[in-house]
Amino acid sequence: MSDQTQTIDSRFSSGSAARVAHHDTRVINVGDRLFYRVTQAFALTVILLAFLLVFDLFHGAWEAIQTFGLKFLVGTTWDPVQRQFSTLPTIIGTLVKAFNALLLAVPISIGSAVFISFYIPKWLRPIISYPIELLAGVPSIVFGLWGLFVMVPVIRSLQIWLKANFGWFFLFNGPAVYGVGVLSGSVILAIMIIPIITAISRDILLTVPRPQIEGMLALGATKWEAIWKVALPYARVGLFGAVILGLGRAIGETMAVTMVGGNSFDLIHSLFDPVHSMASQIASEFTEATYSLYLSSLIYVGLVLFGITIIISLCAQVLIWRLSKGHVAVFE
Amino acid sequence: MRAKNILLGFVVATLSASAGHAVAAGCPTKGVKELTGAGATFPYPLYSKMFSEYDKTCGVKVNYQSIGSGGGIQQLSAMTVDFGASDGVMDEKQKKEAKGGAVLHIPTVAGAEAVVFNLPGIKRSQLKLTPEVLADIYLKKINNWNDAKIKALNPSVKLPDLAIAVIHRSDGSGTTFIFTNYLSKVSAEWKDKVGFATSVNWPGDVGGKGNEGVANSVKQIPGAIGYVELAYASQNKMDWAQMQNKAKKYLDPSLEGAAAAADIANLPDDMEVVITDSPNPAAYPISGFTWLLVYENQTDAAKGDALANLAWWMLHDGQKYATPLEYAPLKGAAVKKAEALTKKIKVNNQVVLR
Repeated sequence: MSDQTQTIDSRFSSGSAARVAHHDTRVINVGDRLFYRVTQAFALTVILLAFLLVFDLFHGAWEAIQTFGLKFLVGTTWDPVQRQFSTLPTIIGTLVKAFNALLLAVPISIGSAVFISFYIPKWLRPIISYPIELLAGVPSIVFGLWGLFVMVPVIRSLQIWLKANFGWFFLFNGPAVYGVGVLSGSVILAIMIIPIITAISRDILLTVPRPQIEGMLALGATKWEAIWKVALPYARVGLFGAVILGLGRAIGETMAVTMVGGNSFDLIHSLFDPVHSMASQIASEFTEATYSLYLSSLIYVGLVLFGITIIISLCAQVLIWRLSKGHVAVFE
Repeated sequence: MRAKNILLGFVVATLSASAGHAVAAGCPTKGVKELTGAGATFPYPLYSKMFSEYDKTCGVKVNYQSIGSGGGIQQLSAMTVDFGASDGVMDEKQKKEAKGGAVLHIPTVAGAEAVVFNLPGIKRSQLKLTPEVLADIYLKKINNWNDAKIKALNPSVKLPDLAIAVIHRSDGSGTTFIFTNYLSKVSAEWKDKVGFATSVNWPGDVGGKGNEGVANSVKQIPGAIGYVELAYASQNKMDWAQMQNKAKKYLDPSLEGAAAAADIANLPDDMEVVITDSPNPAAYPISGFTWLLVYENQTDAAKGDALANLAWWMLHDGQKYATPLEYAPLKGAAVKKAEALTKKIKVNNQVVLR
């Protein structure tokens, strides 16, 4: 076999043109192969880092996993003195604040994105988009400080009013006067994820093909109907992705939530109760975790947070896969 | 010949005298130019000032990272730093985990914690609290400011019908250690249910991050009560309560009160004592030391010399920087015991300071 290839090679390399062609192919091959290897190395590095992260989390949490097992996820006591740790209240706190933030942020974000994409003239788009993107770049601690000094007193007044007028409703039947708590945490998270969701949604909506919308308009739809019935469904996969990105940030957000969240370990009963989120708990207690089980339990919390993020991400993938099976278009 | 002997003797005497003098002045004598330390955040403003002055006096750079008492203890145990600093005493397990052997707790200064509150119309020092009432408030057994027990202590004060919002620290801290230690001493129920540590399972309500977080929460929430370092309370012009001490006197938090708390008879030789609820009649009850943590048996002669001298300097020349920064300098018996501990630092079983 190799004999044959050699003969072919020598036959081809006999002429000058063939020689040039041979030389070119080799250069392209080397460059190509190098590019392939380098990008492969980068990709493998990223995958390796991900595995290392998971491995390190497990390694650090091992002592706590051995001591508490899965009871860690359902118990409600966090007691560094008695050396009893469990995180159900913080898991609930994290998820409640994150999903509340989504409830508040998604209508505003998608609404803003629709406005920017469809209602304003083209030249105005970057001008309006700029402050939104600026907001996305504000550091978390700055949001935290602003939240603590400016937002919390406002939320406190709101909470007092809600409790006075609707106190019979279980969500409003809590310590309104604290100001810090689930509601403050949710609002600040919402403010922080609005820029991300808006920016991505705007980009997604701008990719909706004009013919789709124009076709709907030609059939007699109003602009609103065209957007609601064509553009949004067409873009729903991308919009959903944007929302998931926002959710990811909301779940992992640390500093801002620590400053306005109230930081209590009790199970929440109302919107006004103070509660920790997992990230804020780790950040708060890490430096003073004076013995190895304490430290290990905090890393276990980190592992749980990581696990929740992965589960949500997987669910999102499944949902996106199902959503994209039916593409809504005017002309089917 | 005789004159030469006399001259030689004279020179030796002067040299040894001056050598002793150099040690007492507190600068390292074996050429160490750098030291690293890590630990408590409470004394950080003071240590910052002290170490910059130490650099000017002795030409030695001390790099201190205020990562928290727990972090300081961990780094010292792992021997990644030369010394640690902590507001809390190491417990048995931590002492066992320290790689370099026995750890000396050398107190450097004392501090006081103010019990701050937010009540309409009631100003600083107008509210009096006893330890039992404070413990009950933090145990959530007293929930309203117009409770009979609080009224009994403050008959002439108009206490509103307002729910008490209990503020504590969300992060682990030496401040919490001192406060919970005090509550454990004055309330058997607190000791049993909660205990004392840098981080505990609080019965309620809101956790603030850092002294700033607690101070802020108390300032914003009507009916709030919290505990902060005296410096934060006075600089933020907050209203604090007068606490009843062991001798049944009501005192404002102050540097004199903290120094008095430290100035008691029968201080243990190892100084691993939390001076809360001190028996001294002039003592403010919620006070505590902050300690320098140093290994007793140093392996490096130069480092051992440098550490011993640094500690000595901090206990003497360094103390003058304490009061302007609102820390209580050590006095009397406390200084003597601290000096004795500093003299215990050994290199290869040889004491460094004499």
